[in-house]
Amino acid sequence: MKIFPLTLLPNDANIDFMRLRWVSIAVAAIIMFVAIGAMGTRGFNYALDFTGGNLIEAQLDKALSLDAVRDKLAADGYDSAQVQTYGSGNQLLIRLQPREGESGDAATAHAAEAVTRAVVSNGGTAKIVRNEFVGPQVGKELALKGLYALVFVVVGFLIYIAFRFEWKFAVAAIITTLHDVIVVAGWFAVSGHEFDLTVLAGILSVMGYSINDTIVVFDRVRENFRTMRADPETVLNKSINQTLSRTIITSFVAFLTVLALYLYGGGSLRGMAESQMLGIIIGTLSSIFVACPLLTLGLLKVTKQDLMPKAKDEAALARRP
Amino acid sequence: MLTFARWKYFAILAVLILSVIYALPNAYPQDPSVQVSAAKAGTTAIDASLAKRIEGILAEAKIPAKSVLVEEQGNLLVRLADTEQQTRAADTLRPRLGGDYVVALSLAPTAPKWLESLAAKPMPRGLDLQGGVHFVMQVDQNAALDKRLDAYVEDIRSTLRDAGVPYTSVVRRGNEALVATLGQNADKAKAQERLRTAFPNLIINLDGQTVALEVPQAELSRIALEAVEQNLNTLRNRINAFGVAEPVIQRQGTDRIVIQLPGLQDTVEAKRQIGATATLEFRAVTGDERAAEAALKDRSIPPDSRIYYTQDKVPLLLSKRLLVSGDQLVNAQPLTDSQTGEQGVDINLNSVGGQRMLEHTLENVGKRLGIVYVEQIPTTSIVDGKEVQSVRTEERVINSATIRGVFGKSFRTTGLSAEESKSLANQLKSGALAAPMVFVEERVVGPSLGAENVKRGTTAVLYSFVFALSFFLIYYRVFGLITCLALVLNLLMVVALMSLMGATMSLPGFAGLALSVGMSVDANVLINERIREELRAGVPPQAAIATGYDKASGTIFDSNMTALLAGVALWAFGTGPLQGFAMTMIIGILTSVFTAVTVSRGIATLIYGGRRKLKSIAI
Repeated sequence: MKIFPLTLLPNDANIDFMRLRWVSIAVAAIIMFVAIGAMGTRGFNYALDFTGGNLIEAQLDKALSLDAVRDKLAADGYDSAQVQTYGSGNQLLIRLQPREGESGDAATAHAAEAVTRAVVSNGGTAKIVRNEFVGPQVGKELALKGLYALVFVVVGFLIYIAFRFEWKFAVAAIITTLHDVIVVAGWFAVSGHEFDLTVLAGILSVMGYSINDTIVVFDRVRENFRTMRADPETVLNKSINQTLSRTIITSFVAFLTVLALYLYGGGSLRGMAESQMLGIIIGTLSSIFVACPLLTLGLLKVTKQDLMPKAKDEAALARRP
Repeated sequence: MLTFARWKYFAILAVLILSVIYALPNAYPQDPSVQVSAAKAGTTAIDASLAKRIEGILAEAKIPAKSVLVEEQGNLLVRLADTEQQTRAADTLRPRLGGDYVVALSLAPTAPKWLESLAAKPMPRGLDLQGGVHFVMQVDQNAALDKRLDAYVEDIRSTLRDAGVPYTSVVRRGNEALVATLGQNADKAKAQERLRTAFPNLIINLDGQTVALEVPQAELSRIALEAVEQNLNTLRNRINAFGVAEPVIQRQGTDRIVIQLPGLQDTVEAKRQIGATATLEFRAVTGDERAAEAALKDRSIPPDSRIYYTQDKVPLLLSKRLLVSGDQLVNAQPLTDSQTGEQGVDINLNSVGGQRMLEHTLENVGKRLGIVYVEQIPTTSIVDGKEVQSVRTEERVINSATIRGVFGKSFRTTGLSAEESKSLANQLKSGALAAPMVFVEERVVGPSLGAENVKRGTTAVLYSFVFALSFFLIYYRVFGLITCLALVLNLLMVVALMSLMGATMSLPGFAGLALSVGMSVDANVLINERIREELRAGVPPQAAIATGYDKASGTIFDSNMTALLAGVALWAFGTGPLQGFAMTMIIGILTSVFTAVTVSRGIATLIYGGRRKLKSIAI
């Protein structure tokens, strides 16, 4: 019968991903170490959710040099003030971390004064439209909770995958997922884009997406190991190629949905959408280029025996007279 | 072969109908409204005449109301056109109606009655979607410890006194120990015995003439935690009296309290009401105005007394021993004396306080009783060039009348202005704070910003849908259509389930919805690709569809179970926005498995299952 000709990929794709496995694993490792390095050296540009501080919106009568405003604020004791324009360019959005020892009402009042002074001294007038004080939400407690969550997920994945598949698959899937999460987090360190609670949520949801993608490929690997007579490399390659169109289509559509979030969701969802878009790309690539190649290395090398349904055989044997 | 049990169609149909019903209320916009209810049940009638009166007040202030109606639950609801008029109406009504009524901002549903009767309600909207005030307050737990330890000192003294054991001093040592020094010929064993029964929580050690009472660590942390809990309850009472529909008051971490007041815009007024702490203390007058003046002059204040001042800065000597404190107040009611026209507060004490008051007044008729008004005001001061948050305590004697007769549990106090007595009664009624609190965070989300966020969120979800649906229709044709139907039902189910559970919708919730579209896509693509694969392998169409669904189901199950684990972790360990996001994600994953595996298979069978000679399928 005829099959509708519209396809994103040729149906008989047969790319030898395994031949590239050293290159792909090396590249993935390098990207991951760059990400870790960036997190270590540059750190994150934490948003007010984490640091606490004031968010001030000011309406100016004319556009001013942002650097001049920033310098004036720094001279006033606000070292790390973020000053940006939005809307017509006459509107300033300023994030200030309170000066040492200040909090609450006093910090709010002083921050507004400082902004007004900074604008006036640069020859403008400022009307404070919004001035909110945000306390640091993420204390030790939340950091600890985040750690628990990570342990919970890692152990949960390990148990589930080891139970449904095999421990080698579990370890490979965990490594791939952590790789994706680290790379996405690293991107926020490298780019210096603001890191707030919604970005954190986005990064954690990458974990869900990444594992999902990897499991689909592994599922096919398991199936092929049982039905094909071939060496592991061929089986893995075949599995990736068979699931390739699904992988790409899913990622493409999922990317589109998150893109809608990025384009139309407004400022407060942008960070989250950004982390998810990146997570979808990285998660897709890693399920192809990292997860399966890992299954050919050292201790993680899978063989046909690993996946033959052992329990059933034993049960069948036991039933024989 | 391609078959699908008939009962499953009925199940799907039932799910579809239920989803539509329970998702529907979200489609109706809510009216900004003002709710008027009686301050005390049964005292004031909420009836048509009140509605007339309110209509008159609003007409006078030129605020057009959509409707003014008495509801069944004994509330009166004034529906208004927008949030600006809602605020204006509330501000106008509050002073005009007086203290007998509570005027609250709320959102009134516009959904038809039959939906309400099925318990179908729209999702409550988070602050970021409807506007309002968000506070975070930090409880000063050290102050709570201080207060409790001071109370222990007082209780130890009275225990020893009651037991007839002479003592020279009872003092605090550090933050966890109390030391009582007994008199020369005191019965040490008796003292120890009495203290042990009176304070079973403390570790008691006798050493020579001194008894050391140590507060164990567990007790200390219990005190600290109780302080937060008590403050939480107090805040809840105050905010309920304040009149905000569906406020959120939660403990966050060990020492913080989050307060969200939807619909409110005025932070100053809210902060004043929430942060204010006022209480009354009753102490015996040990020296009149003249004695106090003299004591001040030659610095001879008796050790058991302290100087207090009245409103007019007149000194007065009051006993250090606290007779009855604000904690023992049960109820307080502002009143105007019909004969003198004086303002005052009617006070009711609990049994312990009443007993003490009774004993005291029995023995002290003819003497004076001082009532001290204590208010704690959070302030910021500068110490060594640094700003320090602290709490200033303002104390003043509001009444020091002579005890004319014996009284116990209930009595009245005067000497306050009309406004003061009303606010004092309010604050006394809502209980005392166990420890002072400071505002560490405040955010105001304007109603227009909230509306904009809703618009943005829905636009984003809508577009993510349009993107996905149009891709599927082009790429998979008939099966694309099937997928689209499954996706739409998926969205309906998520919204219905969230509404049913009363999960709060917030901006990250929209992101969760968009993501659940992505998740749902995955399951459908897996199935469709699998069917294509089978067709390519030469399997006849109907068998290909059946095999495709069967083989994909296992994969879908595995991949979604793991993703679900991640969602559960996010929900279990996250707070606030993270939890909202995780909730939508979890529900989305569950429903997408159902719609992709069962619903889409049902539709596919409906379309292709019945044909005997199926040559080709559009996929």
